Amino acid sequence: MALPKLVRREHASLPVLIAAPFVALAIAGLSNLVLYAAIGVDPLAVFKAMLIDPFTSYFSFSEILLKAGPLLLIAQGLAIGFRAKVFNIGAEGQFVLGAIFASAIPVYMPQASGAWIWPTMLVLGMLGGLAWAAITAFWRVHLNANEILVSLMLSFVAIQILNYLLLGPWKDPMGFNFPQSVMFQFDALLPILLPGTRVNISLVIVLILTIVAWFFVQRSFAGYRLEVGGLAPNAARYAGFSQSGAIWLSLLIGGAAAGLSGAAEVAGPVGQLQRAIATGYGYAAIIVAYLGGLHPIGIIFSAFLIATLYIGGDNAMVSAGLPIAAVNVFQGTLLLAYLAAATFVRHKLVWPPGARA
Amino acid sequence: MTAIEYILAGMLAAATPFLLAALGELVAERSGVLNLGVEGIMALGAAVGFITVYSGGGHAMGFVFGGLSGAALSLVFAFVVLGLHANQVATGLAIGIMGLGLSAYLGKPFESFTVTGVGKIVVPGVVDLPLVGGLFRQDIVVWLSLIFTPALWYVLKHTKLGLLLRAVGENPHAASAIGYPVLLIRLCAVAFGGLMAGIAGAYASTIYTPLWADGMIAGRGWIAVALVVFGTWMVGRVFLGACLFGAVSLGGIAAQTVGLAIPSQLLASMPYVVTIIVLGIISSNRRLVKLNGIASLGEPFEK
Amino acid sequence: MPGAIHAILGENGAGKSTLMKLIYGVETPDEGTITWMGEATQIASPAAARRLGIGMVFQHFSLFETLTVVENVSLLVPGNKKDLAERILKLGREFGLEVDPLAHVYALSVGERQRVEIIRCLMVDPKLLILDEPTSVLPPQAVNQLFETLRRLSKRGVSILFISHKLEEIRSVCTHATILRSGKITGNVTPKDFDAHVLATMMIGRDMPHLSPAEPVKRGEKQLELTGLSLAADDPFGVSLEDISLHVHAGEILGIAGVSGNGQAELAAVISGETPLPKMMQGRIAMHRHEVGALNPAARRKLGFAFVPEDRLGQGAVPELSLVKNAILTAYLQGMVQRGMIRRGRAETFARDCIAENDVRTPGPEAEAGSLSGGNLQKFIIGRELMLEPKLLFLNQPTWGVDIGAATAIRRRLIALRNAGCAILVISEDMEDLFALTDYMQVLSKGRLSARFTTSETAPEDIGRAMIGASGDAA
Repeated sequence: MALPKLVRREHASLPVLIAAPFVALAIAGLSNLVLYAAIGVDPLAVFKAMLIDPFTSYFSFSEILLKAGPLLLIAQGLAIGFRAKVFNIGAEGQFVLGAIFASAIPVYMPQASGAWIWPTMLVLGMLGGLAWAAITAFWRVHLNANEILVSLMLSFVAIQILNYLLLGPWKDPMGFNFPQSVMFQFDALLPILLPGTRVNISLVIVLILTIVAWFFVQRSFAGYRLEVGGLAPNAARYAGFSQSGAIWLSLLIGGAAAGLSGAAEVAGPVGQLQRAIATGYGYAAIIVAYLGGLHPIGIIFSAFLIATLYIGGDNAMVSAGLPIAAVNVFQGTLLLAYLAAATFVRHKLVWPPGARA
Repeated sequence: MTAIEYILAGMLAAATPFLLAALGELVAERSGVLNLGVEGIMALGAAVGFITVYSGGGHAMGFVFGGLSGAALSLVFAFVVLGLHANQVATGLAIGIMGLGLSAYLGKPFESFTVTGVGKIVVPGVVDLPLVGGLFRQDIVVWLSLIFTPALWYVLKHTKLGLLLRAVGENPHAASAIGYPVLLIRLCAVAFGGLMAGIAGAYASTIYTPLWADGMIAGRGWIAVALVVFGTWMVGRVFLGACLFGAVSLGGIAAQTVGLAIPSQLLASMPYVVTIIVLGIISSNRRLVKLNGIASLGEPFEK
Repeated sequence: MPGAIHAILGENGAGKSTLMKLIYGVETPDEGTITWMGEATQIASPAAARRLGIGMVFQHFSLFETLTVVENVSLLVPGNKKDLAERILKLGREFGLEVDPLAHVYALSVGERQRVEIIRCLMVDPKLLILDEPTSVLPPQAVNQLFETLRRLSKRGVSILFISHKLEEIRSVCTHATILRSGKITGNVTPKDFDAHVLATMMIGRDMPHLSPAEPVKRGEKQLELTGLSLAADDPFGVSLEDISLHVHAGEILGIAGVSGNGQAELAAVISGETPLPKMMQGRIAMHRHEVGALNPAARRKLGFAFVPEDRLGQGAVPELSLVKNAILTAYLQGMVQRGMIRRGRAETFARDCIAENDVRTPGPEAEAGSLSGGNLQKFIIGRELMLEPKLLFLNQPTWGVDIGAATAIRRRLIALRNAGCAILVISEDMEDLFALTDYMQVLSKGRLSARFTTSETAPEDIGRAMIGASGDAA
């Protein structure tokens, strides 16, 4: 058989590590353009709408930044867990709970004013995400239950809680029976950062937290303990690093990050609690985390890329008639292609002797 | 019709999508591969199956194409995790996202369209029994699933094929050392899992609720994955678990018939809440999980 | 040659196992041919090897624990289970390989598992049987029984390839020997005609380093004590520990002999603190006069405990991380962490010193642990643990898979450390190790620990009897 064999490299290859996301983008891009052509959508028009148009105006560029914020923050939180092999895939639910917790203030105190309101909402949101993730951590640590399934199921439950609140107790009495809360008062909204856009102060918070994440992952002893636990659980046990501690820490960090993002979403561009806040940031952030190589710096780029695809996808829907589901297909392919390409960080292809190399 | 009669009559049909997908996943996991893309694969099978039936291909072809599309998507998964040793969790998620996206993409022109289901096959005599009679009025796929389930049990328990699957899942290195093609066996198991998930999706969209709506699988694929854990990788227990979830998913309508005023959101989240609770109960029995679990589950096999 | 018992002799890493894998078709050669029955053949897979009549007994058995004996056999041998079970019993009687066909493999002793492996090969009527280090897992008496089986087989015309690095064994059972060193043949001899020194020279390029047992030194304070410790296995495939008592003083080395799989892993995890003890057992383990039952490994290390685990890659070191990061694993208390942040400079200096002082062959401290050879990584790990300046050092299988040079260096270090007043506990399967190193020995068998032997007054046969006696297992 002349099939090449995958052989483990002695050292991880840095060039491949850096090239992998680009190769993945190329593979995913090409295969999806073929798919678009197959349903009669002009691939070039899609390409232009997706990857060029978003950068042609100040406003649409600012929209990319707006989308990139929550993706970046959630992905930083998730990546810390993923490195420790704690697979929290319920960030969507933690995001929703964060949004709900943050909304409690404007919903119950619509008249309140003062500079304390939006920071308190962010803290509440963080606590909401944290609490929701804590359920998963408890289930995993004390009941040995798989955190993937539990965190995901909790996301489905979170959506139902959101629906319940919006159709029941939290429905805006003046809202023509739409499932949404009251519009938040001015002090419950995050200050705008870039004039004339929707980009707000949360972007600065996210960037600061990214730096914190970098220090945590690269320099802190806690980050080191999580890394060891993820790479070699037996070595962590041998060293005396607590496994349940690692699970709690991973999930709480992920939950807090997602909850904070949820709060920033309702207190930012949306300005009220509504169903549409659950747009899948929590799931897309999983892709962002992997595509960034689970590295705090890499994630900055991947968050920006995925945000561009969101905005570009909206453009393509309008200008090239592309179904919105195409964005999901693209994201899935991109992650898949990245995972395939990332294999070559630690492996290389070797052709058997005798076959043509 | 009482609530209990209603649940008994509908339980098996409601359980079938869970059951078929979970049995497929069970086979894949027995071989040592964790495929978390079941939700997306079911959705793709549902879309393809629906489009086939809607376009006049008939239900049989709906299952064939639904199943094949599921198998095809699972082969992509298999290539990446078996051929390239990629992380199975992340790859499964990617496949799931892709499958959901593809189903929405393909199904877009058919949104909210309906097809006709299939008739019921009745076991004469017993169908008139009080209370349990409804159990004997089922569509053909339910009946076939009831035959398929014990058949799969027999294959896994009593044939060399079943033995081999367990061997590969427990210790792929030993299986390889004595000359079995581990990756090929896993590939087949994964493809079987995809086929079953595709069929399960097609059943959901062409017979159980014969209409297409984006997102109609609604977490059933994930519950199927959880069912494999509930059933501790055993066919009989997975069947019972599927029936439980069939009953739970009918609970809402049953509760309304007896006039209980339960918020619909609470009812809608019941399957997920039940999953979380049962998962906690079963998993906390570490010995049971360890004894029946698959030793190499989720780990790439490299020679 | 039909009926020959041919030895492949070579030390760890000489290429013996690779050669056997080529013959059995597990791996395929880059070049060259294999001649079978006078014809050049290509053996593409184990199935092809079996068709030719080649059977192999692996060092780390290729059995499936959750399956029964007969199910394991049926994966290689056609036929229904009832007939197979009968044939297993019949072959067992014929060759002294009795085993219950319906037992689950996880319930069998290591010796019984080896019998299953041999029976599985015999059932397909092999012309050639390969055994990879078959005696390394057996107590001495069972070794004789195995040799008896091999002689009976060779009388029936079965050729046997016997892989080993133990010279005396080869001299007693093998009719021919091929000696390998670094992947090359260095000799083809009739082993009975040569004494062990000559064979050793061919095997390692010089005479076997001779280590005389160390002179006893004055014993100091008690550093480790276990009193009547029992622990039920949590893992259904694990071994329960029963009523374990032992103590180690400063300035002495206690060895735990016995075949792996008799509770070694469980005992090691209890002593290191990796397995948490239930409340009622926490008072049964003390280090340096402190009760440590409730402490995790890190807390025990703070009291002056250091541990070299059995598994180097994945437990003692993280393969994907650099040596610097692997130094932090247990040495972080040596000032490498400040206010929650890692001080890389300190860690790097530590790793550099560890590499230099222990003759670890590696490109540098940034090399990944996984890229080091087994012996070099073991030197790094032992070096790291010694740099913690322990009062009590515990090693589990310190010379497993390590070449003779490295093993000798390790033994010398341990004796020097003992002479300097450290208390040392060693778990090992290697009797040579134990006799060369220890002051006292106890035997672990089926989760129970024997009484204490004084090494200088004990013969290997006594230890062998304890391995069997305590368990009632005739393996």
